[in-house]
Amino acid sequence: MNANTQVEQNMDVKPHHKEQSRVSKVFKQLWKSKTGTVGLVIVLCVILMAVFADIIAPYDHTETNVSARLLPPFWMEGGSFNYILGTDNLGRDVLSRIIIGSKVSLLVGIASVIVAGAIGLFLGLVSGYYGKWIDQVIMRLVDSFLAIPNILFMLIILAVIGPSLTSIIIVLGVTTWVIYARMVRSETLSIKERDYVKSARAIGASDYRIIKKYILPNVVSSFIVIATLNVATTIILESSLSFLGLGIQSPDVSWGLMLSDGRDYLATSWWVATFPGLAITITVLGIIFLGDWLRDMLDPKTKS
Amino acid sequence: MRYFLSSILKVIPVLLMISFIVFFLVRLTGDPVSLMLPETATDQQREDLRQSLGLNDPIYIQYFTYMADVIQGDFGESFRYNQPAIDIVLERLPASFTLAISSMIIATIIAVPAGIYSAIKRNTFADLIITGSSVLGKAMPNFWLGIMLILILAVQFSIFPVSGSGTIAHLVLPSITLGTAIAAEMTRLIRSSMLEVLGSEYIRTARSKGLRETIVVNKHALRNALIPVVTIMALQTATLIGGTLITETVFSWPGMGQLLVQAVNARDMAVVQAATFIIAILVILSNLTADLTYRFLDPRIKYED
Repeated sequence: MNANTQVEQNMDVKPHHKEQSRVSKVFKQLWKSKTGTVGLVIVLCVILMAVFADIIAPYDHTETNVSARLLPPFWMEGGSFNYILGTDNLGRDVLSRIIIGSKVSLLVGIASVIVAGAIGLFLGLVSGYYGKWIDQVIMRLVDSFLAIPNILFMLIILAVIGPSLTSIIIVLGVTTWVIYARMVRSETLSIKERDYVKSARAIGASDYRIIKKYILPNVVSSFIVIATLNVATTIILESSLSFLGLGIQSPDVSWGLMLSDGRDYLATSWWVATFPGLAITITVLGIIFLGDWLRDMLDPKTKS
Repeated sequence: MRYFLSSILKVIPVLLMISFIVFFLVRLTGDPVSLMLPETATDQQREDLRQSLGLNDPIYIQYFTYMADVIQGDFGESFRYNQPAIDIVLERLPASFTLAISSMIIATIIAVPAGIYSAIKRNTFADLIITGSSVLGKAMPNFWLGIMLILILAVQFSIFPVSGSGTIAHLVLPSITLGTAIAAEMTRLIRSSMLEVLGSEYIRTARSKGLRETIVVNKHALRNALIPVVTIMALQTATLIGGTLITETVFSWPGMGQLLVQAVNARDMAVVQAATFIIAILVILSNLTADLTYRFLDPRIKYED
């Protein structure tokens, strides 16, 4: 009930005014949460890195140098400032590959969350709002998806349709929608029984209008929280797929693919596999911090 | 009892749907005939084989013959091993179970004390370290942790073998890799569940009776806090099995996960289907058990859906 009265109240306030006070409130709250601030800074850095990747990266990610193979990072003997984080087995600059790889990791993470979110939102709304047999069918579909591990599902589909950037995004989206569908369904179920929805229906509001005006605004904050945290999950899933050989394919580069390449040189050149893993860990950590803070802000009832 | 029956009944459409999904995925992989016959086969030979495999029948008839085979446990032959696919999968199950159980043991040893301690010492430095590590454990890709363990404990210090199986020592690194990932989630669950229980009325009563704090925590609080933890962990079986896929590949552990990854890469679809079904059944059974145990242990939950 609270969330909705809040929404209704905000609607009465002049839009300009509302924006300003909200933005400053958000920033004040963010400053109070140290992990939230750290998370936001990390996420912004990664986004900037991905956007300006081609400008920042000292070398092209495919540029090989046979005379500079498996060079260590600069602080070790034999390393140099030409290759700050060292080079891999083909003499490619590890730092440049991490910078350019951030484009793929972030793009896959965000795009697949959009695909999954759209599917989950639609099926969750239909399932919760219309109920009856359609709810049964969708919920059994959800159960079937939950019974097969995500990563296995993705491997099978990618083996069938072949791995490419687009197919990876679609596959990640098609296999991870379940969590959104369940959340949206349960919220919809509770909202549609409320009096204001019943009275809206009594005066003849269409289903479309009820969903748009009453249900969606109530679902949106939980949705944003789950979506943010799921960007982290999909980044890890993408790197796992690339690691297992059915994700991003060379000459493209992603952090998971670098890890997979570096695994063969562990005994002699630890840096090839270590740095991309660090990149994944730091990015995911940033997203989790940001997501947890968003949860505390937007969605206090699911606070853990 | 009615609830029990209706949960069992719900399993049937789920299994049907899974069979549907798997059937269509496998049919999409392309023509099995071209995999089974040499390049030099004539068109007539191809046509004969198609006919004898029933590939010329309408798709729904193909689905029914397929289901009839599946119900009898016949998933076809693996073309890599020339053996029935189901036998190959079942052969690998014990290795995966060994890994799963030892990982769960490691996870429990870490998570139970860590979760309890961080709950009773809430907002202290120790709590910060424990919750921080569990977030870190979630942020770290599992296979990267595995690689780092190999790098440090196998390559640098040669304490444990790099990969393979056969001795207890081979089991250590993969179990730590998978176990810490589970522990990260488990610690968080135990902490929040303990916090909730410690704030409840009956704990206050127990304390006001003058019981020692260790008895209150270990006897009254922990028992109640563990109920949701156990069920939520059981609901994570699918994620756990997904984790074995990667961990087994990193450490060349000869379980079902490694088999599956190899089978997918080789497009050995008979094995993929058999393994997917076995996994789905395992997951559904453990979810069902978790659900029913939860309702049994906590009578406050209503038996209607």
